[in-house]
Amino acid sequence: MRVGQILKLYPYAEDFFSVLPVTPNPKVTVTEFLLGIEDEVLQDLGQGTEDLIKRFNEFMRQMEQVKKVVDPIRSITIIGGQDKCGNAEDVCLTIRAGEIICIVGPTGSGKSRLLADIEWLAQRDTPTGRNILVNDRIPDAEWRYSTQHKLVAQLSQNMNFVMDLTVSEFLQMHAESRMVQDIDTVISNVINHANRFAGEQFSTDTPVTSLSGGQSRALMIADTAYLSASPVVLIDEIENAGIDRQSALKLLVDKQKIVLMATHDPILALMGNRRLVINNGKISKILTTTDSERRNLTILEKLDQQLTNVRNALRYGESIDRLPETLIGLWGEKVI
Amino acid sequence: MQLVTVAGPPSAGKTSVLLRIAETLQKQDKLHLGVIKFDCLSTRDQELYQNKGILTRVGLSGNLCPDHFFISNVEDCLAWGINRELDMLITESAGLCNRCSPHIRGALAVCIIDNLSGIHTPQKIGPMLKFADVVIITKSDIVSQAEREVFAFKVRQANTGAVITHVNGITGQGALEASRLFREAATFDSLQGCSLRFTMPAATCSYCLGQTRIGVDFQMGNVKKMDLT
Ligand SMILES: Nc1nc2c(ncn2[C@@H]2O[C@H](COP(=O)(O)OP(=O)(O)OP(=O)(O)O)[C@@H](O)[C@H]2O)c(=O)[nH]1
Ligand SMILES: Nc1ncnc2c1ncn2[C@@H]1O[C@H](COP(=O)(O)OP(=O)(O)OP(=O)(O)O)[C@@H](O)[C@H]1O
Ligand SMILES: [Mg+2]
Ligand SMILES: [Mg+2]
Ligand SMILES: [Zn+2]
Ligand SMILES: [Zn+2]
Repeated sequence: MRVGQILKLYPYAEDFFSVLPVTPNPKVTVTEFLLGIEDEVLQDLGQGTEDLIKRFNEFMRQMEQVKKVVDPIRSITIIGGQDKCGNAEDVCLTIRAGEIICIVGPTGSGKSRLLADIEWLAQRDTPTGRNILVNDRIPDAEWRYSTQHKLVAQLSQNMNFVMDLTVSEFLQMHAESRMVQDIDTVISNVINHANRFAGEQFSTDTPVTSLSGGQSRALMIADTAYLSASPVVLIDEIENAGIDRQSALKLLVDKQKIVLMATHDPILALMGNRRLVINNGKISKILTTTDSERRNLTILEKLDQQLTNVRNALRYGESIDRLPETLIGLWGEKVI
Repeated sequence: MQLVTVAGPPSAGKTSVLLRIAETLQKQDKLHLGVIKFDCLSTRDQELYQNKGILTRVGLSGNLCPDHFFISNVEDCLAWGINRELDMLITESAGLCNRCSPHIRGALAVCIIDNLSGIHTPQKIGPMLKFADVVIITKSDIVSQAEREVFAFKVRQANTGAVITHVNGITGQGALEASRLFREAATFDSLQGCSLRFTMPAATCSYCLGQTRIGVDFQMGNVKKMDLT
């Protein structure tokens, strides 16, 4: 095929040609072009023509792989191993797409290890001896290191954008690397959702590095929901930086993600369907969020909102000599 | 003895990751490890390795390209490791010129590169990435998921065959998993008949030999001129 045709059919081929020191004439075929590269240039590249042809074919094959849609993940099953003292972990837990699971436990208890076991698709080959099944089956061993099958996406407090791009350029780039169809619709969906979560609006030509903390987090969540290939999303505490956490989680659930959250914030923890309690390296309890817990969540959220209002008052230079009735009602008499 | 060559840009997190991987190899696999660190002028990596009970030597290349220096010394290093009855010898070198790479045919070749280095880096750093068997990406804890995905995609474009994996040099997340790949490294008694995966550039101009003065009169040997038209 001629270079021009290839570029039209497979725009990503540009990435292969752009790193070569010579630009191909669109009218020649790829083989003709590669055969025509001068010896001096080849020497600089340190490669022969045959290597280059091989690399081109391999490049195109790999890129086609990225395009292939992988079988959707409907469930993940954790089969227990043993705790740090060798006692059995008597657990067989199946988590389904669209579920939110919280992970709680003291420091050093093994929360990160559990998340790592899932990411690694452990088959009794980690310190915990756990087995992880995907869609009720032992996953293919080659998934472990394949970029297409990367099971887990992560979001945490410490993450920042580092690329020197505007919001729309950034999303464009992510979408292209995923080779999604209809890029424009996806990008506008991501931006609309992110703006809804963040409260304060940002425009598409804002550089990603100058977004506020809340805006960055909102964009990261919306982007992960729409554009990440990974079916499992790990959330390591999302701060209450003025973002609508409930809607953000709902979007992930709507996109059929499995959400795993390591958090000790009761408001986040109660948003989950279930809570795993980790102790001494094993899952020691599985709690299902009860109706009364959900009612309490509403109260906790109201309280949280009131505290947020006080913080905002402080931020905008107002005085704090009056507190909401409900906050006073809790403590007022005892303190005064 | 198993041999692993590790290369990556300066400060990518090579030492941090190797320390974490070494930990699992020592604890789980009971391996006796040695590291040889190649650098130009100075390094404090030696201390870090030794604190973990890893036998360590440093090779400072001074005014030579560290990779050229590496390849002229690697046979002796291998003999040293065998002599000390190591199970695995790992070499760490910072690729400085982006054109050389220490990877040897048949020996497990690892490239360590960090997410902060920018998405054009995978194409720029050349053979030490392109000819690696394993690419370890670090500092994933501080960039967004999207940037991680795009970066891994760019690495995949630059090296279509390698295993790509993420390790956090600080928490050690992913190190256990990456150590499984190190366990697969080939064993060597000697490097007789082995060769580099990639030619090193045809160097040796007068500046390689210590010339400092500027001007055509002082340029000899392999000199190449830019086209500024
Ligand atoms: N946030 C973060 N920092 C890291 C990570 N890995 C390494 N670092 C930090 O990056 C810096 C450089 O790490 P080193 O391990 O010394 O890097 P190196 O590649 O061995 O450096 P040279 O040997 O000097 O070329 C240190 O400050 C590390 O703490 C990581 O995964 N995340
Ligand atoms: N079942 C187990 N058997 C042996 N070791 C275990 C087990 N579970 C966890 N560990 C080990 O215990 C250590 C601490 O675990 P981990 O880092 O997961 O704790 P954590 O709950 O994430 O702590 P933190 O809250 O501080 O982040 C790790 O080295 C981990 O590999
Ligand atoms: Mg942890
Ligand atoms: Mg180092
Ligand atoms: Zn060099
Ligand atoms: Zn020179």
